[in-house]
Amino acid sequence: MAFYLDHAATTKPCEQAIEAITACLREHYGNPSSLHRVGLDAQLAMDGARAVVAGAIGAQPESILFTSGATESSNLALRGAASAYGRHRPHIVTSAVEHASVRETITALEAQGFSITRILPDENGVFHAADFLDAVTDKTCLISMMLVENETGRILPVAETFRAVKRRYPHVITHCDIVQGFLKLPVKASALHADLMSMSAHKIHGPKGVGALYTAKGIRLIPVTTGGKQERGLRPGTESVPLICGFGAAVQYMQPTIDARFAQTQDLRRKLLAALSSMDGITLNSEPEGSPYIVNFSVHGIRSEIMLHYLEQREIYVSSGSACSKGARSGVLSAYRIPEKQADCAIRCSFSEETTPEAIEALLCGIREGQAQLIHQNMH
Amino acid sequence: MKEVILVKFGEMALKGQNRYSFEDILLKQIKYRLRPLGRFIYTSAQSTIYIEPEEEGTDLDEAVSRLRKVFGIATICRACVCEKDFADMQKKAVAYLKETFEDAQSFKVEAKRADKAFPMKSPEICRELGGTISEAFPHLHVDVHEPDVTVVAEVRDTNAYIHADKLKGAGGLPLGSSGKALLLLSGGIDSPVAGYMMAKRGIQVSAIHFVSPPYTSDRARLKVEQLCQKMTDYCGDVNFYCVPFTKIQEELRRRCPEEYFTILMRRLMMLIAQEIAAKEEALALITGESVGQVASQTLHAMVCTDAVCHVPVFRPLIGMDKTEIIEIARRIDTFDISIQPYEDCCTVFTPRHPKIRPQLAAIEAAQAAGDFEEMIREAVEGTECKRFRVVF
Repeated sequence: MAFYLDHAATTKPCEQAIEAITACLREHYGNPSSLHRVGLDAQLAMDGARAVVAGAIGAQPESILFTSGATESSNLALRGAASAYGRHRPHIVTSAVEHASVRETITALEAQGFSITRILPDENGVFHAADFLDAVTDKTCLISMMLVENETGRILPVAETFRAVKRRYPHVITHCDIVQGFLKLPVKASALHADLMSMSAHKIHGPKGVGALYTAKGIRLIPVTTGGKQERGLRPGTESVPLICGFGAAVQYMQPTIDARFAQTQDLRRKLLAALSSMDGITLNSEPEGSPYIVNFSVHGIRSEIMLHYLEQREIYVSSGSACSKGARSGVLSAYRIPEKQADCAIRCSFSEETTPEAIEALLCGIREGQAQLIHQNMH
Repeated sequence: MKEVILVKFGEMALKGQNRYSFEDILLKQIKYRLRPLGRFIYTSAQSTIYIEPEEEGTDLDEAVSRLRKVFGIATICRACVCEKDFADMQKKAVAYLKETFEDAQSFKVEAKRADKAFPMKSPEICRELGGTISEAFPHLHVDVHEPDVTVVAEVRDTNAYIHADKLKGAGGLPLGSSGKALLLLSGGIDSPVAGYMMAKRGIQVSAIHFVSPPYTSDRARLKVEQLCQKMTDYCGDVNFYCVPFTKIQEELRRRCPEEYFTILMRRLMMLIAQEIAAKEEALALITGESVGQVASQTLHAMVCTDAVCHVPVFRPLIGMDKTEIIEIARRIDTFDISIQPYEDCCTVFTPRHPKIRPQLAAIEAAQAAGDFEEMIREAVEGTECKRFRVVF
């Protein structure tokens, strides 16, 4: 039996999403911008999905823009806000553990002349709202923080930080990459004090190739691409109606069970953490109070990739870090001051409601046997 | 720390013996809006409603943002509940308002001692509480004229309350306290604002819209339905009537002089609206007209339009400039919907040179050229009704 434990990389689309996509391809083939009924039909299908996605974060439908995924959402959010608000305030604050889509975009803005402050966690790997707040100045236009860090599952103090920043510097635009928290933790735009939030469909049993950007009322963005007036002119190009409908269906499928899934995965994660900490030669890279969906640990002396392929032989699929970095060493773990050798041995397991106690058992068993069978490398 | 929301009445508090009927309606409106957020205990005393969540963790931010859209409320504030004991008030003022104080430079304290049995008098409460705050937050200075934060300590019958600055409510009178009226909703910027303004005076608003397919599209109707949905934020549930108007417009175009087209159309709309209003038990009509904005909104034109009306026609925007109207439309979030570029029935067949100062006799003669009675009956019969509810 196969055990897929890489849900932070992507998830299997749910039946509802697949059905919505095929139904839409067959029936709502119109261009939502066409004036006739066929076009209107496609627009209504899309509006339905928009309302569902908006509802899931307690927002109004008009605050949701559909994009091709979280990477595009974050690009539009950061580049769009930086060009709209950054002329007289050329400073951006962010965390040192952002996903590549935010990190690299901010690096690109740095090359354009923005000055960047990247906040590190303390020596225990914990982020403090005060550190972010202290970095913000009158010259700051933008702060970007992720909600759930995707490699170890740490939860950043986004609400606390943004609230404090907005109180003291109301002009600062707040952006949050909520990809790993969306429909996993209860997320509300207003409670997070976020002006912009990036979301992705394929992490919540939706299709790949579609995501959304939440924009609070009154936030002005300069579009990154030019073209037609779709999505308020901010994201030109004919909308991918089928994928958007699939996104809506996935949200509808996932939304009612946020609390139940949270409790269920938390239970599994606790058991896994307890078992791992009782084993020799294992160091946890995650924190007990992180997101219940992600566990990261290092198996001493066995490089991530070797363990990954060993587990793969047993049909257990895990990740060696963020799938997006394709095996490159993670800068995120070093931000937590995790030693290089330990980071090289890091394994990330990530769960969904489909993850069973048997999968956890199989994983533990696989690691134990791997430790016994595989040739250890010198850790020092 | 136990938190409550204090809601203070606006001008309702000035009412005489019927004040309680207004209060009851307001309370009903508040309960309707807050019900989806959880259970609350409501207590009403001294022109204030105390709203206390029964469970911890109730989303009070959301509750406040909903309350800000309820008419009849002058101010809203979140307050911390204290024992009627000065030591407890001191302790809680410092803890509850910690963040507010940290971000401020100056403050003052106001005291309201509704319970005259409380041993300390108001100036004494201000002085002592001010001293406590100054000691706890040495960076603050007292400024009684333009403070960053005004701390209010209220000593009431059963408890004392500490709160900082209050938020402005929506004002006006509670919805439904002034009867019902029917709004002519075109899809433009003005009519939703007109509806909002009458709702603010306690009028329950229903809406009527005229469609002329194929001259107007499904999208135009959809846009108006979106407007109705948006209006429910402030206006509560809205009954929406959609009248088929194609035949009448075609007949008008065929038989009547072009320069009178718009005024005749408006007269016929009024006739239909009055019939619907009677069915809906609405006592008046509401339009978004403003003097001189377009040819059909000159004083002369309005006289000609009103000649067919036997119920009052309210025009709350009559003296407002477009910029003032747009400002409100933006505030109530209808602007972005209104500017979607679809033809509505008012822009179909617009005359090239409309009469700006029409004479009633000439208009009546022009209207007699067509046979509209039967068509009006048909239009009223073909009217579809839909109810839009407040979304939570």
